[in-house]
Amino acid sequence: MFIYALRKLTLLFVTMLLLTLLAFLLGHFAPGDPVYKLIGEQNLTPAQYQEVYNAYHLNRPLILQFFRFIGNAISGDLGISTASGEMVLDHLLRALPATAELVIYALVLAMVAGIPIGTLAALNSDTPLDRTILACCLIGTSIPTFWWALLIILLLSLTLGWLPLSGRISLLFEVEPRTNIMLLDLMLSDMGYRAAALRDALAHLFMPMVAVATIPMTQVIRTTRSTMVRLMREDFIKAARARGLGRWLILRHHALPNVMLPVSRDLSLQFGTLFTGAMIIENIFAWPGVGRYLVSSMQQQDYPALQGCLLMVGSIIVLLSVLSDLLHTAADPLTRKDLSDVG
Amino acid sequence: MIGTRLRMAKFSFRLRLRLAMLLLITTALLLVLYLLQGFRSQPLPYEGLIYCAEGSPESFNPQQALTGTTLDATSHQLYGRLLEMDDRGDLVPGLADSWQVSDDGRIITLTLRRGVAFHATRYFTPSRNFNADDVLFSFYRLLDPDHPYHWVGGGHYPFFQSTGLAELVTGLVKLDNYRVQFQLSRPDATFLANLATDYAVILSAEYGQQLLASRHPEQIDSMPIGTGPFLFRNYRQHTAIFYDRHDGYWQGPAALQRLVFDISPNASMRLAKLISGECDLIALPAASEFGLIRQHPQLALDISTGFNVGYLAFNTEHHPFDDRRVRQALSLAFDREKIIEAVFFGSASLASSILPPISWAHHDGLEPIARDLQQARQLLESAGLAAGFEFDLWVPPLQRVYNPNPHKVAEIIQADLRAIGVKARIVSPDWQTFARQLELGNHDAALIGWTADSADPDNFLSPLLSCRALTSGSNRAQWCNHQFDLWLQQALATTDRQQRQAYYFRLQELLADEQPIAVLAHGLKSIAYRKEISGIESHPYHALALGRASRN
Repeated sequence: MFIYALRKLTLLFVTMLLLTLLAFLLGHFAPGDPVYKLIGEQNLTPAQYQEVYNAYHLNRPLILQFFRFIGNAISGDLGISTASGEMVLDHLLRALPATAELVIYALVLAMVAGIPIGTLAALNSDTPLDRTILACCLIGTSIPTFWWALLIILLLSLTLGWLPLSGRISLLFEVEPRTNIMLLDLMLSDMGYRAAALRDALAHLFMPMVAVATIPMTQVIRTTRSTMVRLMREDFIKAARARGLGRWLILRHHALPNVMLPVSRDLSLQFGTLFTGAMIIENIFAWPGVGRYLVSSMQQQDYPALQGCLLMVGSIIVLLSVLSDLLHTAADPLTRKDLSDVG
Repeated sequence: MIGTRLRMAKFSFRLRLRLAMLLLITTALLLVLYLLQGFRSQPLPYEGLIYCAEGSPESFNPQQALTGTTLDATSHQLYGRLLEMDDRGDLVPGLADSWQVSDDGRIITLTLRRGVAFHATRYFTPSRNFNADDVLFSFYRLLDPDHPYHWVGGGHYPFFQSTGLAELVTGLVKLDNYRVQFQLSRPDATFLANLATDYAVILSAEYGQQLLASRHPEQIDSMPIGTGPFLFRNYRQHTAIFYDRHDGYWQGPAALQRLVFDISPNASMRLAKLISGECDLIALPAASEFGLIRQHPQLALDISTGFNVGYLAFNTEHHPFDDRRVRQALSLAFDREKIIEAVFFGSASLASSILPPISWAHHDGLEPIARDLQQARQLLESAGLAAGFEFDLWVPPLQRVYNPNPHKVAEIIQADLRAIGVKARIVSPDWQTFARQLELGNHDAALIGWTADSADPDNFLSPLLSCRALTSGSNRAQWCNHQFDLWLQQALATTDRQQRQAYYFRLQELLADEQPIAVLAHGLKSIAYRKEISGIESHPYHALALGRASRN
């Protein structure tokens, strides 16, 4: 297990290095003047230009520039946005909680709704109910996220007029950003009309959350179903039944805990998809997260911000994947056994 | 026996499972329905209004404004002016109670209103009400290069510089605390109207001194203080502006406690937010969506003619456009109504003169030019160009209210001109090239337009067609006619409106005959809002004013 962990961590290190290199090269090979790419279009005198040029070590060899870039990134200096003049890290620290909020709620929704539905399908396998659920899953997986989001908007917002379609909360409520996690900030704030504000925030959350949750939910349903169908034929279930335990009890104590592991492993493999999905959704719903920051930086050709987003999102996905892989390996007795058999 | 029990167990398990599922799904559904229904009748915490604007203001000081976006966001929400313009374009008292013009028209004395309070905000608490010092401060900032605030923010005051205010005003004196006097170098009929434009706002001299003392003069334009119905609270760049009610507003506090500008550059997004109720009011709805807005039971649409004109300018220094007959022929050869339908989707009125019909100087006797190919051919023939000719038609890459799709307009004109054997080559460079080449006069013809800064008719004529505008203005027809200039001067020197009108009628007739420009359309100023909102003031004479808006 130790060696396995070491191997994974080495892989993590190499991946991060490559990611940093990619981010660095993106900035380096982007078209435009090297100085203005870093600080934005300004009217500089030749002397000022030279000063900035030297300050950013642009006169040194590329490899040294790269090391400097890594050093800065580690110390949290991701540069200054050329579009707004703000530190990229500051903006990212504001945007990340928003994205995290969306992704986490969507994950919870996927699990809370997906596992019961998957179980229902498994216990009624090969009945019309099961086939309907599977068909819905297939549609849910294959539908493009952005189109699905637009469909929900069309129905719930434009036709029925039930839900707002942009942002996290109505602008008439001014919530003091402390954690940048909207629901938490609302709980912490001492503003009047908090109940109304909370309702408004939930209304803003509903559609983006459903849109982000759809694909992982179909995955949860299918994994739950297939695992459950397989489990129900296993000897230990049969034994439990032979001992006269009720099915309800069997389901709760024997089957469901065994379903959780493959489901969460499947979900953790989907971090990348989940994040990219959320980033697309953010742009449709004007959700002020990393995805929106990334796209607006692209439109404004704000290279420091682009590099920052790439680096930040990339590292988070890589880190989470490795972490969940390690956790799953540690939590699953079967893989642990396999590992010790091999080495 | 055992078989029965097993079946029973199986049955009851299935039943329980189904029941549990049913319970779960029903609860979830009920919860969702409850929430959704709740949101639908969302109670607002306080009287507030969200206006979805098309862009961010470049400054919070209208004196420096370049765009209508800035004026809409600031001028009538935050500030007051000495004079105001009512919805018919007539001058009414604002921060000045009354005004007298001397007989020679060169001395204007204004009596100021008493008891007008400036905004008290978290960054400034006024110790006195508005008085003559504030008028001097606000105008000397524009006029006097030695004023401590003149160069703050770059020293650009586009409106006042283009109208030549500094040359016109030779003196501004404080007679006492509530009387000021403007001294002019020559009588100018537009001066009072210029005092009532969105640009001519009154700033607080006390706030200016306080900022100088704290060495942050630049804050005067980013953390504004004025006398308007709303006061500045917060601005999140490219996202939103937050205003609060100014309780001490001299016309009585506004009904709205809070006013929010939600900056949403995408027109279809703005409309979607209007439908979902996230915006109460949206700027510039797309003309193609007018039908949808009109049909929607909860939305209303206000359309008014704007003070703008879209036109085709012929470079009268280039052959063959130096010949009046050729310009007339081309003007007769294309179908303006088709352009209104295909490009504006009806959101424009057909132009008959350079002045829009709402201007008091508009010549009602002129008709929009209808397509007449036969006459066009005859004119070309008499000019010796029966075989036709080729020319470059320059098209800007920008959309404007007077021309939402310049390229499409150019294509329609191009197709129509083919019928008289004239071939137009469409040139559409980037904006910088376009502007530079036009300034150098390197175009044969160009599709451009003009949005007036004030309601005065002179604002359409002098900057666009006078000889002086050849060098300093935007005379893209390169046209200089001495008769025209003479009448223009005479119209300006007259204060009697009827006499002025007579001059402007003659000027418009001259233009209709000479055709240095072929006028196309006056774009309509449109605003869409939810029906529960009332009291929105959006008329052609000034920028948006929300001080009297309320929610029913």
